[in-house]
Amino acid sequence: MASETKKRTRQRDQVEEQGVPAEGAVVNGQDLEIPPRIEVKHVFTNYQAGKYGHKDVGLSEEQVLGMYRNMLLQRRFEERAAQMYGKQKIAGFLHLYIGQEAVSTGAAQAIRIGHDSVITAYRDHGIGLALGMTADECMAELFGKIDGCSRGKGGSMHYFKAEKRFFGGHGIVGAHVPVGTGIAFAHKYREDGGVCLTFLGDGAMGQGAVHEAFNLAALYELPVIFIIENNQYAMGTAIDRAFAETVFIKHAISNNMEAAMVNGMDVFAVCKAIQDHAELARRFKPSILEIRTYRYRGHSMSDPGKYRTKEELERKKQEDPIIRLKAYIRQHEIASNEDLDRIDEEVKEEVMRAVEFAENSPLPPLETIYEDVYTQEDYPFLA
Amino acid sequence: MHSDMAELQFREAIRAAMVEEMERDENIFLMGEEVAQYNGAYKVSEGMLDRFGPKRVIDTPISENGFAGLGIGAALNGLRPIIEFMTFNFSFVAFDQLINNAAKIRYMSGGQFKLPIVFRGPNGAAGQLGATHSTSTESIYATIPGLKVVAPSNPDDAKGLLKSAIRDDDPVIFLESEVMYGLRGEVSDEPDYLIPLGKARIAREGEDVTIVAHSKSYWIALRVADRLAEEGYSAEVIDPRTLRPLDIDTIVASIKKTNRCVIIDESNPYASISSEIAYQIQDRAFDYLDAPIRRITAKDVPAPYAKNLMEYYMPQEDDAYEACKQVMYAG
Repeated sequence: MASETKKRTRQRDQVEEQGVPAEGAVVNGQDLEIPPRIEVKHVFTNYQAGKYGHKDVGLSEEQVLGMYRNMLLQRRFEERAAQMYGKQKIAGFLHLYIGQEAVSTGAAQAIRIGHDSVITAYRDHGIGLALGMTADECMAELFGKIDGCSRGKGGSMHYFKAEKRFFGGHGIVGAHVPVGTGIAFAHKYREDGGVCLTFLGDGAMGQGAVHEAFNLAALYELPVIFIIENNQYAMGTAIDRAFAETVFIKHAISNNMEAAMVNGMDVFAVCKAIQDHAELARRFKPSILEIRTYRYRGHSMSDPGKYRTKEELERKKQEDPIIRLKAYIRQHEIASNEDLDRIDEEVKEEVMRAVEFAENSPLPPLETIYEDVYTQEDYPFLA
Repeated sequence: MHSDMAELQFREAIRAAMVEEMERDENIFLMGEEVAQYNGAYKVSEGMLDRFGPKRVIDTPISENGFAGLGIGAALNGLRPIIEFMTFNFSFVAFDQLINNAAKIRYMSGGQFKLPIVFRGPNGAAGQLGATHSTSTESIYATIPGLKVVAPSNPDDAKGLLKSAIRDDDPVIFLESEVMYGLRGEVSDEPDYLIPLGKARIAREGEDVTIVAHSKSYWIALRVADRLAEEGYSAEVIDPRTLRPLDIDTIVASIKKTNRCVIIDESNPYASISSEIAYQIQDRAFDYLDAPIRRITAKDVPAPYAKNLMEYYMPQEDDAYEACKQVMYAG
């Protein structure tokens, strides 16, 4: 990895910038002289809503419409999935992403899909669809059918798509964050210029694995962006009930990383933030983005969400990312209302076709239960 | 036995396997606590930093959950990591990574990814280290589908099995032992010396009783077989070497010949490798058994510190000897 000398120098520089003289500063753990005062001053650059338009992030009007279409696809897909869950066509846990679509879409737009890598937690439908996974394979996976993206073995929490370099879909809170760090490690090792977007929820910030991953990424200077989708609630626990520090990007300071706060209801703010931080990552500066967002539904389908008020929910819905983008498109005369309605109709039809596809896809043949455990084909399973 | 042999310590055999494989494939790297600048807590990786540089021999902070997970991500993304745990007792800090990620991502993704990764390091007890540093973890990992578990007993096997483990496309738990690192033995020099995973070794042929034992227990089995030989009994000693997948066919074939079985396993007895082997033998060869299967294990308690208690805790050669006599109805 980077030479020790270089790293030490960098740390010393930072200490100096922060107002403590390098001489006597704690640099290598062997110096017993205690500085008179340690100050940490840090101002984060934040990505506000309304600050960036499509031209600021280098998008054509066509691309803007594509993003609008994709956000709607995520929303309609999940609305229909919720309905299918109610009809017991879908089992297990179903964590919906509704309200957070600007995060997935803005992020996917900012990277080179198929070259850069993405990993996320259990609220993964939106990111999968944003990366270009088909509604068919995604719905079939929810139905537990053989044509699902994970052959019916993953379900809602475990979408994967190797060709999109989408590494899942992970169900243990925070456990995938070191894995994302390792994916980034391999990008650097192979010098292929790739970065890994590692999404996590605010609840994961309580997990040791996440903080270990932060340290390793910064220590080894890995091309990774840790994207905290802060939707304010870890299941039913509001973040201020679970965390002594609720401004999560402050953890960047103790790990010598860059960080920024992003309005997750504005797809252009997300896109710009990820573009900027992907550039940092490509220069081996890992970073933390805290994206403030909101989920409209309960934690999962079994959660009525009684821990928050109707007023709060209604207030947040005023910031809806899709409505916001729609207003932008109208304001900039990128498309007419009729055009946008037509997109919505197309998306609804696409989702209906996906439901039909999932219905008609066969259940996995029983012999597939022994497939995909090992690469070894003659593995002697106990019968 | 082999055309080119050199006498090496167990630790040198492990190192030779890693060095040869890393020279062959630049996607292989070694990562763990003190593996680089310190040259390895048990000197297994001595000299490897100088040879391969800091890109491929990487010191980590004391952060098992983090670096085990990092290895898994690197494996998913095309590299072939060797992750060293300073001892497998510390692997429990990374347990979630091994059980929920390494073992399951391939399955949950419908086979879209492979995880060619080796987690290796010393396993089991090594003198008076107290309960937290003395766990035999083999049955814990072997119970999880998706993992492979290897536990060699001698330097030559260690080299051949580790080279296979590194080339294997599935996650492998490779269990060594502090007390075996200094063990010397003839080791093959052949560049592609690969012992296949899942193949047991018949270490000694015999007619009267089968002793199944892996890792350190294998050496107890050999001493017991020597003692029995002095009395005119011939024991067949089988070292499974790989615990998952287990070469049960070789063990069953032996039982069909000797009709008696003693298993020596330094794990705690409850739900252990010895439990599994005993079950599988009765499932496949019940009619061939002339006596109930006996097993000799560690005591069913955490490992104690006191010297006498610790010695008593470990599987005893005398007990194994007596068990063999018992299953042979030889007094």
